[in-house]
Amino acid sequence: MNFIQPLLGGLMIGIAALLMLAGTGRIMGISGITWSAVSLAADRAWRWCFLVGIVLGAGLFHWLSGQATPEPNPAAWVWIVTAGLLVGFGTRLGSGCTSGHGVCGLGRLSKRSLVATLTFMSSGIVTVFILRHLIGGYQ
Amino acid sequence: MKTLISLLCGLIFGAGLALSGMTDTAKVQGFLDLFGHWVPDLAFVMGGAVLVTLIGFRMVKPSSSPVFADRFELPTANQIDRRLIIGGVLFGVGWGLYGYCPGPAIAALAYLDWQAGLFVLSMLIGMGLVDLLSGQTSE
Repeated sequence: MNFIQPLLGGLMIGIAALLMLAGTGRIMGISGITWSAVSLAADRAWRWCFLVGIVLGAGLFHWLSGQATPEPNPAAWVWIVTAGLLVGFGTRLGSGCTSGHGVCGLGRLSKRSLVATLTFMSSGIVTVFILRHLIGGYQ
Repeated sequence: MKTLISLLCGLIFGAGLALSGMTDTAKVQGFLDLFGHWVPDLAFVMGGAVLVTLIGFRMVKPSSSPVFADRFELPTANQIDRRLIIGGVLFGVGWGLYGYCPGPAIAALAYLDWQAGLFVLSMLIGMGLVDLLSGQTSE
């Protein structure tokens, strides 16, 4: 088991969320920020800066550390589109994802976010079980 | 200044995601494979991040204002309703099916694989579909 990198990465994610709250007064929820960045007419600049920062940050990490980028999941495009649609639809309907409900909501001791987090974690666990152990992977 | 802080938050968040292993769909699905070949590493990501927000958010006083904005804009919803649960379930299914939640999907755009691009595009369409549906079924 390797827990040093996940732990350090997790601490960085928490620090980013704290910096965003203290600096801009906003919750660092990726699904909400992303949708607002493409759909709102005003106040988009900071959202786009954040999103561009995410891509640059990930790229810089692999470039500076020399660590290989992960192999993309080999699933066919139909799986990617289905999964993407569900993630988009679900996070918007449920007002948040792993960062907004998980990292920030739990930090704020929000009962609503705790329920959301337990719901999507459970549903993710059941989905992987069905995918890997009942239908035997991507068909 | 608000845009600069947002960019910095994005950089830290994106690098943290890459370092933690959250952009590796195989690791994410391994973490969700609780009843199969469970890979517990990514529990430390959420653990580390929530540790920072739990402590750090206590020190941010909502009575004052954020450093680079006029006021805090925090979620006010606290109801646990059908939208929250159905949204969480659907999001979890999509997350388990492919292994990306919104943040890591955006960070993975840095890898220049077509898979992340297609996923993010589908995710945006999924978010937009909520308007279509709630327009028809609004109470």
